[in-house]
Amino acid sequence: MDIVYTIWLRSVKRYLRSKSRLVGSLGMPLFLFAVLGFGLNSVVVMPGMEQGYIGFIMPGIISMSVLFTSVFAGIQIIWDKQFGFLKETLVAPVSRVEIMFGQTVGGATTAVIQGLIILVLSLFMGLQINNIPGFVIAIIFMTLIGLSFTAFGIAIASRMEDMHGFQLIMNFVIFPIFGLSGALFPIDSLPVWIRSLTLLDPLTYGVEGIRYGLLGTSQVDPVVSLGVLSGFTILMIIIGSHLFRKISI
Amino acid sequence: MYAIEVENLVRKFGDFTAVNDLTFRIKKGEVFGLLGPNGAGKTTTISMLSTMLPSTSGKAFVNGFDISKDQDNVRKSIGIVFQDQSLDEELTAYENMDFHGRLYRIPKSTRQKKIAHLLKLVELYDKKDNQVKTYSGGMRRRLEIARGLLHEPQILFLDEPTLGLDPQTRNHLWDYIEKLNKEKGITIILTTHYMEEADKLCHRIAIIDKGKIIAMDSSENLKNDIGGDVITIDSSQRDVFYSALKTLPEIKSVELHDSLITISIQNAEQHVARIVNIASENNIGIKSLSIHKPTLEDVFLHFTGRTIREEEASAKDKMRMMRKVRRR
Ligand SMILES: Nc1ncnc2c1ncn2[C@@H]1O[C@H](COP(=O)(O)OP(=O)(O)OP(=O)(O)O)[C@@H](O)[C@H]1O
Ligand SMILES: [Mg+2]
Repeated sequence: MDIVYTIWLRSVKRYLRSKSRLVGSLGMPLFLFAVLGFGLNSVVVMPGMEQGYIGFIMPGIISMSVLFTSVFAGIQIIWDKQFGFLKETLVAPVSRVEIMFGQTVGGATTAVIQGLIILVLSLFMGLQINNIPGFVIAIIFMTLIGLSFTAFGIAIASRMEDMHGFQLIMNFVIFPIFGLSGALFPIDSLPVWIRSLTLLDPLTYGVEGIRYGLLGTSQVDPVVSLGVLSGFTILMIIIGSHLFRKISI
Repeated sequence: MYAIEVENLVRKFGDFTAVNDLTFRIKKGEVFGLLGPNGAGKTTTISMLSTMLPSTSGKAFVNGFDISKDQDNVRKSIGIVFQDQSLDEELTAYENMDFHGRLYRIPKSTRQKKIAHLLKLVELYDKKDNQVKTYSGGMRRRLEIARGLLHEPQILFLDEPTLGLDPQTRNHLWDYIEKLNKEKGITIILTTHYMEEADKLCHRIAIIDKGKIIAMDSSENLKNDIGGDVITIDSSQRDVFYSALKTLPEIKSVELHDSLITISIQNAEQHVARIVNIASENNIGIKSLSIHKPTLEDVFLHFTGRTIREEEASAKDKMRMMRKVRRR
């Protein structure tokens, strides 16, 4: 546990210290809010949604923040590799699984902080939270997204030599995961074939879970969401640990 | 009991053999130097011994533990200062030390005391709360060395520890390394380009070139191998002069290197006059001539036919700096 805590502490310190990254990563979500939320709010009619389209996409944008922050936190390992710091960690008499856990928990922590910042900002923009348990549910789902996608980032970073592949991963993996997730549109209204793709996307269950927590309604049963996302998290941690164990420097 | 035993250790990268069948033993409490030019395989050897790189074949034991089977115990026994920087630049010096101390499970009170002590020792205590990215190259190096000592390893690997340091800091570190070895009995394996460093610190030196050990002994014995003093002559007609010198019965060993002729001979003073005479008899101009006791530089030249130039080291300093700039 000490070791996990040590690695966690470093991740969080680094995150809190890089103010520019912290502020910079708020740009995209706020932009989406403004353009999609306010822009489409009056055009798009969401039947059965008290809070309109803007209320509908807020959980989606929170998920996006958590997703990007956590993938990025996982991929950070490549920098550690290039800057040499990874050697310092790997040569210590600690198991790689512990290091991997520390990184994962650290990445998830920063991702959840990022998600919470967006959540608080959206409160100012008119989102209403019905109840405290719902808020807790949302945090649980944010944590699961954070853990699974940090582990996913670590898995990728373990196989990558340098940052060149980063754009590729962003464009062909992360953006599709976000785009297909039902963060920005209701999945019930989709044609059947896209819908089945959406249901294959693990982030969908995260978005739906957060939506259930914050808005009280969702299109996927929250218990199903919790089950699928937990399963995905465990799978990612196993794959991430496995690949990280074999990392060479 | 040996601190390190290496038997027929080999490491290949594809077809290229970086470490070629190394065998040596290092006693507990010894300071052992690996001396060799760029690409000799020093870092590769140390990477294998510190479990950071698997070997292709052969065996090695560190503190009695097999590097391929008992990595955890090997890691517990060693400390290492890598050739390339391995600090977290976003963290402060103190935080880098603290991270290390926690990784090695040093209890809090001891950890704090030792960090303070070591940071004072490398004269970074005043700047302990500054982020490492504000540090100069020499300060970073000192911090890395302090960090490598924090958990009091039984065996310490130093991969070019003083690369890029000014002479004063270098001396300082040498004193400290000696002290560590004497007072705490830490076995030290260091690699270096600097002859002076190997000469001053190491009980034994292995000269390594192209992945092979070509000579291994104490600095004293290595120098004696050369046989007496060394006369170095710079001449514009070195080939002619070389043939002329070859004919002299009293000169047993004469070698041509780059623009220089080197002669190894006992009691060199008594032969200088004769050598100069030969030159004038043959109308050969001598630009300069010097007599000195053999240095490790001569030893290296003797065994490899090449010089390890200081330039090589400074070229690497530059590379290190450039890499840093690029990283920014
Ligand atoms: N990962 C690698 N892949 C391919 N070749 C490598 C790798 N690492 C080292 N080598 C090669 O192995 C040889 C030995 O390298 P090594 O780093 O051990 O040299 P060195 O003695 O430490 O040199 P220097 O004094 O420059 O640090 C070099 O020719 C190098 O190019
Ligand atoms: Mg090297």
